[in-house]
Amino acid sequence: MPPSAVETLDRDFLTLRSRLLDVAAALDRLDRAEGSIADDPRMRKIADAIEVLASPDENRTEQIQMIFSDEA
Amino acid sequence: MNAMQFIDPHIHIASRTTDDLALMAKMGCVAVGEPAFWMGFDRSDAASFRDYFRQLTEWEPRRCANHGIQHFAWLGINAKEAENVAFARDVIALLPDFLTRPNVLGVGEIGLHKNTPNEMTTLLTLVDLALSTNEQMVFHTPHLADKHKGTRMILDMLAADARVDPTRVCIDHCEEHTIRMVLDGGYWAGITLYPTTKATPERAADMVEIHGPDRVLVNSSADWGPSNPLAVPEFIVAMRRRGHDDAVIRKLVYDNPIQFLRQSRNFSM
Repeated sequence: MPPSAVETLDRDFLTLRSRLLDVAAALDRLDRAEGSIADDPRMRKIADAIEVLASPDENRTEQIQMIFSDEA
Repeated sequence: MNAMQFIDPHIHIASRTTDDLALMAKMGCVAVGEPAFWMGFDRSDAASFRDYFRQLTEWEPRRCANHGIQHFAWLGINAKEAENVAFARDVIALLPDFLTRPNVLGVGEIGLHKNTPNEMTTLLTLVDLALSTNEQMVFHTPHLADKHKGTRMILDMLAADARVDPTRVCIDHCEEHTIRMVLDGGYWAGITLYPTTKATPERAADMVEIHGPDRVLVNSSADWGPSNPLAVPEFIVAMRRRGHDDAVIRKLVYDNPIQFLRQSRNFSM
């Protein structure tokens, strides 16, 4: 029987928490560093990816893969 | 409990130490597939590939056999060194002498790196050679931002050639945005468990849960970079943590590799 949502959350919560802290720390690190990256296109991609993370969609991973893909 | 037997169908043993082989054997590895690849820098002479192919067909099988691991090889010129078409042509000319060696399964890992016209020219030559001698093929799909477009280009190229049997072809390094098109095309989908640039054991387990275990291979692609020759056992653990049956896990790490690889005339286990 596959694990329930609660069981999956029990199993993955600390990992999720840890990885969110990694992302937060990386963004804080960027803020502390000298210079501006506001116009760096990579920051737009990161912002778009974070927006997807916060969405209720079910295929977030695939969406974020496409955000970071070069179709040119 | 004895370790589950597994086959790593894509690992670069040439860049791993013998200690790695000893650990892999202890963790249940019984066979490996080693595609010819980029050794970390561009080779200066096509003739150096002759010694490399000898390494893959003579030395590494012996080194693996010392640890009870069967070694199979795929031969070709990798996507990174395919940009120089004349150089690639000289390397491809060496292949017919080596494709008949006893541990060689077919042509690989071939594919695209930056999706350039020159890379595609070399790739078409390699595919034509493989199909003319009825070889199986393993394809490298590009890293990171280039992966989706490159995978699409490879699949379009293969679909345009009526000689291609998708069930004898592995499109490797699939991720969430490429695995569906690979499986829908009838190909085998390789999922590579490699830090930062490819999938984790957890994401591989997710993809298996979404797409099913049929025609899916998991591999470590462990090479000279930070990588893990025990990635397949880590995947086994990740799947067990989720409560998957050993029968399903065994299908992914043992039965599926055999089903795919036994289509090569030189494969036997």
